[in-house]
Amino acid sequence: MHQADPGSRGSDAAETTIAIEAAAPVAAAPDLGLLRVLRDDGSVDPATDPGMSAELLLRAYREIKRLRLLDARMILVQRQGRVGFYGACTGQEATPIATGLALEKDDWVFPALRESSIMLVRGFPLVPYLAQIYGNSADVLKGRQMPSHMSGRAVNQVSWSSVIGPQLPHAVGAAWAAKIRGDRTVTVGFIGDGGTSEPDFHNAMNLAGVYRVPCVMICQNNHWAISVPTARQTASETIAVKGRAYGVPSVRVDGNDVLAVYKAVSEAVARARSGGGPTFLEALTYRIGAHSTSDDPTRYRSDEEVATWVARDPLARLRRHLVHRGLLDDAIDAAMEQELSAEISAAITEVETHGPPGRETLFDDVYADQPWHLAEQRAELLRGPKAPAGH
Amino acid sequence: MSQLRFREAVRAAMIEEMERDERVYLIGEEVGHYQGAYKVSEGMLERFGERRVIDTPITESGFTGISIGAAIVGLRPIVEYMTWNFSAVAFDQILNNAAKLRQMSGGQLRVPIVFRAPNGSARQVGSQHSHAMEHFYAHIPGLKVLAPATPADAKGLLKAAIRDDDPVLFMESETLYGVKGEVPDDPDFLVPMGQAAIAREGRDVTIVAWSRMVHVALEAAAVLAREGVEAEVIDLRSLRPLDETTIVASVRKTHRAVIAYEGWPYGGVGAEIVDRIQRLAFDDLDAPVLRTSFLDVPMPYNARLEQLVVPQASRIVEQVRKVLYRA
Repeated sequence: MHQADPGSRGSDAAETTIAIEAAAPVAAAPDLGLLRVLRDDGSVDPATDPGMSAELLLRAYREIKRLRLLDARMILVQRQGRVGFYGACTGQEATPIATGLALEKDDWVFPALRESSIMLVRGFPLVPYLAQIYGNSADVLKGRQMPSHMSGRAVNQVSWSSVIGPQLPHAVGAAWAAKIRGDRTVTVGFIGDGGTSEPDFHNAMNLAGVYRVPCVMICQNNHWAISVPTARQTASETIAVKGRAYGVPSVRVDGNDVLAVYKAVSEAVARARSGGGPTFLEALTYRIGAHSTSDDPTRYRSDEEVATWVARDPLARLRRHLVHRGLLDDAIDAAMEQELSAEISAAITEVETHGPPGRETLFDDVYADQPWHLAEQRAELLRGPKAPAGH
Repeated sequence: MSQLRFREAVRAAMIEEMERDERVYLIGEEVGHYQGAYKVSEGMLERFGERRVIDTPITESGFTGISIGAAIVGLRPIVEYMTWNFSAVAFDQILNNAAKLRQMSGGQLRVPIVFRAPNGSARQVGSQHSHAMEHFYAHIPGLKVLAPATPADAKGLLKAAIRDDDPVLFMESETLYGVKGEVPDDPDFLVPMGQAAIAREGRDVTIVAWSRMVHVALEAAAVLAREGVEAEVIDLRSLRPLDETTIVASVRKTHRAVIAYEGWPYGGVGAEIVDRIQRLAFDDLDAPVLRTSFLDVPMPYNARLEQLVVPQASRIVEQVRKVLYRA
């Protein structure tokens, strides 16, 4: 699935190279323009600046940095065979982190592959978060769900669906429930550029528009669906403009600009909360690393293209802004990095002390009450030979 | 007790449960202003308003998906498909989300939702409208699948399904909607899931059936009675969970069994029941267990050909004669 014909790739490679766009006017057509706040020199565009406090900006920086370090460590432990799979967010952290900061406690999040970390921003502790990657006995999901599908009822985050699109209608449905009940909850749902080709993208956009639900739908356009570039995913000029046909106000935003994403998400959330209905955001970004630990991106894209996007790194751009404002210097940054690395190392050490979930747990949660046939299977399994130690 | 048609019993169950619990909603194509494609939801829009009886665009996967999302955050949707055939485009949502979210979330989430629609053969609606979809869904752990044959069971089982905290798939039948029967008026009348009923007692052979085929099996039993054969007809009512105790007890008494159902012969619920009987009552059997099902072809439109594909009482009688070695 989602594989272009490799035979036709070479001839038009130039067309599919992903270029960086200049900021474009957004007032007239926000779904065709590009909302940007951060300038290259670290200053902000006063016309679009959302006015985030110093504290909030430093918090965003810290969260992005932690995620960057965490992703690198998780890829390492996957390579060492300590976890099965990992899909990193590297290069596109600005959108999940800014979204997490823009939400209230009771709001719901339905992430896609690279937005699991929103639950960390919203207060889910690091050790049980890592336990979901290890799938061990410290995992509230009891070792049942793949890594990078993290969820937590405590922070109203639901696991996305590996099928790519189905979480977006769930987000619309949760918002629909809020509207029916008359509460002020907002839901945010994510999808990738590749996911916009799935029927559930259409389903979610269409029903969000028809029922005018308090939902913010965000497409992280990182330009590559595994090996398929956006140009082979859709012939549409932008992804955001697709929202027009569904009657859903849509904005295209620089997804490597934390301030711009924070502004776009905050405005969309405020409109949803006040009964103004759904918004669709396209966050333009780039996946710096591989699709997952099962992917080798050097087979389908050039080092030059990656290098141009590394130069637009959301972490570096925010850092430039913080330095520009006198909120950060090398010493503070190094101390923060050391502190975060130590936090992650300690969490990994702790999480690795836990063994696998007990085999008797296999039969829990299939139904609300365990049916007799599962009780029989459980008893039979527990009577049988024990599984090899450690697995 | 009231005399109700099957469709009225389904409606009564929904109305009573919506009055009892404001989290319960009905959503689907044509359920509101049109009063339901088969008039099952007649009068419900007027009674509950557009916030609780919700007409949708033509998007089974879409309204299934949003209903699962709504169930996650605490509503209890009743999702009506125009027929179970059209649930095929929503299969991913049912398989990968409704059935799995409780388990994948370590029990943190639940999806209390009812999917309901007519299922199986109707009359001359061709291959794409005649699927027996229960076989696909009953395979999936995390789901419950019900297939009542009478108005009383339709009401009692649907009410139990709506009150249940797991996803329940409720199989109705276009050809049963007009069937009348005595239905209890008690608003707390529930039929527990996973319990079969003995539709007719007998000593010579067990016929296991569900939904519309219970009526065809009873027709076959009447023919057999004239030949001196007393068939016991088991109305399964619930396919998952499955009441194997009642099936096995009956086979231990009769020593012979025929399974009569709509759907193809390859695999499926019928084959599952045969497995249970041979495994749990092998020493009690006096003949191989046989099945009467659809022929193994897509359903034809032509009435005469369709009648050949769909199990008739005569085909059940023929299988019973075989297990009695009278053929």
